[in-house]
Amino acid sequence: MSISGASVLSGTAKIVGNSNVATDPARIAAFEIDGSSPAAVVQPGSSDEVVELARFATHEKLAIVATGAQTKLGIGMPPRQYDLALEMTRLDRVIAYDPGDLTLSVEPGITLHKIASVLSEHRQFLPLAAAFGDRATAGGTVASGVDSPMRHMYGTARDFVLGMEFVTGDGVAVKSGGRVVKNVTGYDIHKLMIGSLGTLGIITRINFRTFPQPQTARTCIATFRGSTGACELRRMIAHSSLRPQSLEILAASADCAPELSRRAGLSFENSRWSVVATFAGDARVLDRNRHDLEAFAQAADPKSLESFAELRDAAAENVARYIAGFPGVILQYRPAAAIFKISALPTDLAGLAAGILSSEIGWTAVMRGLGVTYLALLAPDDSERSLQLLKPVCARIFSLAEKAPWGPSVMLWCPSKLKSEINIWGAPRGDFSLMKKLKGVFDPGGVLSPGRYVGGL
Amino acid sequence: MDPRLLHQLTKLLGPRGVLHRPEDLLLYEYDGSVDVGRPDCVVFPRTATDVVEVVRLANRHKVPLVGRGTGTGLSGGAIARHGGVIVSFSRMTRIVEIDAENQRATVQPGVVNADLSVAVEHLGLHFAPDPSSQKACTIGGNVSENSGGPHTLAYGVTTNHVLSLEIVLPSAERMRLGSAALDPPGYDLTGLFVGSEGTFGLVTEITVKLTRLPEAVKTLLAIFDSVDDATETVAEITARGITPAACEMLDGWTIRAVEDYVHAGFPLDCAAILLIEVDGLREVAELEAKDVADVCGLHHAREVRVARDARERDLLWKGRKNAFGAAGRLSPSYYTQDGVIPRTKLPATLRRIGEISRKYGLQIGNVFHAGDGNLHPIILFDQRNEQQFRDTIRAGDEIIEFCIQMGGSITGEHGVGMEKDRLMPLLFSDADLGLMRRVRDVFNPEGLLNPGKILPTSKGCGEIYVRPRPAMAAPRA
Repeated sequence: MSISGASVLSGTAKIVGNSNVATDPARIAAFEIDGSSPAAVVQPGSSDEVVELARFATHEKLAIVATGAQTKLGIGMPPRQYDLALEMTRLDRVIAYDPGDLTLSVEPGITLHKIASVLSEHRQFLPLAAAFGDRATAGGTVASGVDSPMRHMYGTARDFVLGMEFVTGDGVAVKSGGRVVKNVTGYDIHKLMIGSLGTLGIITRINFRTFPQPQTARTCIATFRGSTGACELRRMIAHSSLRPQSLEILAASADCAPELSRRAGLSFENSRWSVVATFAGDARVLDRNRHDLEAFAQAADPKSLESFAELRDAAAENVARYIAGFPGVILQYRPAAAIFKISALPTDLAGLAAGILSSEIGWTAVMRGLGVTYLALLAPDDSERSLQLLKPVCARIFSLAEKAPWGPSVMLWCPSKLKSEINIWGAPRGDFSLMKKLKGVFDPGGVLSPGRYVGGL
Repeated sequence: MDPRLLHQLTKLLGPRGVLHRPEDLLLYEYDGSVDVGRPDCVVFPRTATDVVEVVRLANRHKVPLVGRGTGTGLSGGAIARHGGVIVSFSRMTRIVEIDAENQRATVQPGVVNADLSVAVEHLGLHFAPDPSSQKACTIGGNVSENSGGPHTLAYGVTTNHVLSLEIVLPSAERMRLGSAALDPPGYDLTGLFVGSEGTFGLVTEITVKLTRLPEAVKTLLAIFDSVDDATETVAEITARGITPAACEMLDGWTIRAVEDYVHAGFPLDCAAILLIEVDGLREVAELEAKDVADVCGLHHAREVRVARDARERDLLWKGRKNAFGAAGRLSPSYYTQDGVIPRTKLPATLRRIGEISRKYGLQIGNVFHAGDGNLHPIILFDQRNEQQFRDTIRAGDEIIEFCIQMGGSITGEHGVGMEKDRLMPLLFSDADLGLMRRVRDVFNPEGLLNPGKILPTSKGCGEIYVRPRPAMAAPRA
């Protein structure tokens, strides 16, 4: 930062008004990222104000971190420089909702919760049941690229974001895509914004495709002793005509099993691995799904199958909340947990499960049926002793990246102290040179969340 | 073109790997659109290494490069607008790997779309994007254009099915984008690349998702005496929360043209038909077929027929997929538009197309993906009549302008190419286009790859664009 705190305050206040700039320590504390705090929290009220703020930041060489509800600031590296937190929650309008066209345009600061209530009036929904969904905003969810268990049927933001408006680092308001469900006009630049952690632009509008709310859903759970039967059941479902809404394998190490069992409302104890599948449809369709699923569970590994059950109401909701909210639940339980997202292939899951079992530290995992796996290493605290335990395990996971059964891995959450010692994004890949050039195009002054992303971008 | 480049290319690929005589090049002036442009030569690499070497040579001589599959594109994407070397992928047609367990396939760019589905059918899988040209078009072309098709309503377009690409940049650098596994770390370069219409790089290998074939499929033909009844049926199907696998509409004129050609059993005296397909588990398909039939009945469908077997279903689809070929039998030339509107605006848009048809005295047939609001008006004209050709282009532009007014877009699946680059400013600001240009420059800084596509070359879009020469009727959409 080249200018004084007072000039930051007056410069930003001129753009957004005094009441929308805060510098008091109590307010700023919520925006801390790994010990680094901004000089001010600024709340823009329009896309034009975001443009002005980006220009001001570029001119004054200030670094900006855009944020919604601050639920996922822990993802990524701390910013190299951090002057302004742009809190986007004043931009929280529904710009347009056309139920008949199944399209929705929102400002980024609207919460997923609010979107759900708007859409439910027309029996529609957005399949973004992501972590921190009770507080998270649309902009933060899309920018952080977190996925939802419902991706099994509906895909990710990549598949249902139709277009976006955003402001580049040098303060230019731009758009790409559109508001119709099928469109190949111009480059799909908005795809770059998804999961880029605010390093390429500040999102000011998102156009979503919405989906009809399924009539009734049912959750079935099959529990096995050990991972083999669970992985085989996943395989059988994938090779069948069944189309689950979500499909996950859950497990936890013995030391953490009692507590996590309580939180998830199912049993992880005695090396239990559970397959949880959700289906939707009318009574006949649900019966067929349940019937086939139970037959598959019996056939997958009769020796290790402990139980097959349909979860009702509160129990089903409990498990769904645990799965969708996985990182949040884990961080609440063990704030010093290291949570990996491993891009494994479906066939790698059995090997991955075996690899996880040999972990020297407490763990729990959610393996999505499509292969993406969330693995939490449950360090008891962030003491030096715990970190020394965590470090070699993390290093081993990264050294196995790109090789089956691990696949490319990133460490989404971990204690701050670990971030300076381990490359949480994994080694840069062959296309990194293009990413670096793109960063230069979108953010020539390097003001947008500098250093937070892959390879120091 | 510099004879030394021709010599070097011939040395690299052999005399049968290079075409350069004018009579050979004539075929490569065209694609499925109404545009033309002559390349200086056409090369046929066999391997990714060949492609790298071709790019290196062209780069050294600063000659444009244009990738090409089988030339079925509908916006001039594979036409050498400013001459140069066409890189044809018709010798790179190998399915490199089928990973049935993970439902992935890796293919070379010249693999024909339908061939991949045929190759994995015995595994109960298929490649979901199904452009009407799927028996001819290549997956490399699908990637470049982000192609759609009737079943993209439920299954998504090409970009939803592409996981990883091996590309060669104009600098001759070869690299891999994305990964076979989902969500690799870093910016989504695969998502950015798909649909870049050959302006970012040449694709040498593609990893796609394969989709399980549904247990049951029901195809319904609903016959209407009024176009409005048909469009309202589409709106209500959506409102009821039913997402059919496909929902296609043909208007009366198109039905008669098709029936005369394909004999799909379409009634000749109706105003519109809907071809609706539902699929999934047996129970799902039965339930949805009943619901769809009910909605059709509520909106005065004269008759709803359900295909009894695969043969009947194929015949109905043959009628739909050959609509453009049928137009070709009735007119010396035709121009297929590709506008998109929010689907609730279908009735108003069809009325407007009718007005435009009357205004110019041009026959316009309508066949489109009703379920997602993607229109394909077919304007018939005679290429020998200069005035009629100009009117055809004007009529097409007016349809597109109306789509934009309705909150839609200028192309749903055919691409911008050299057909609509001049219309881009109707949707995008100078700032939007400026960023797109700078993004293109990251991949293709000297503009050697497929120059003159997507981004408008001059600022004004009001001028009347006169094409060099209209082509013969294009065979499909």
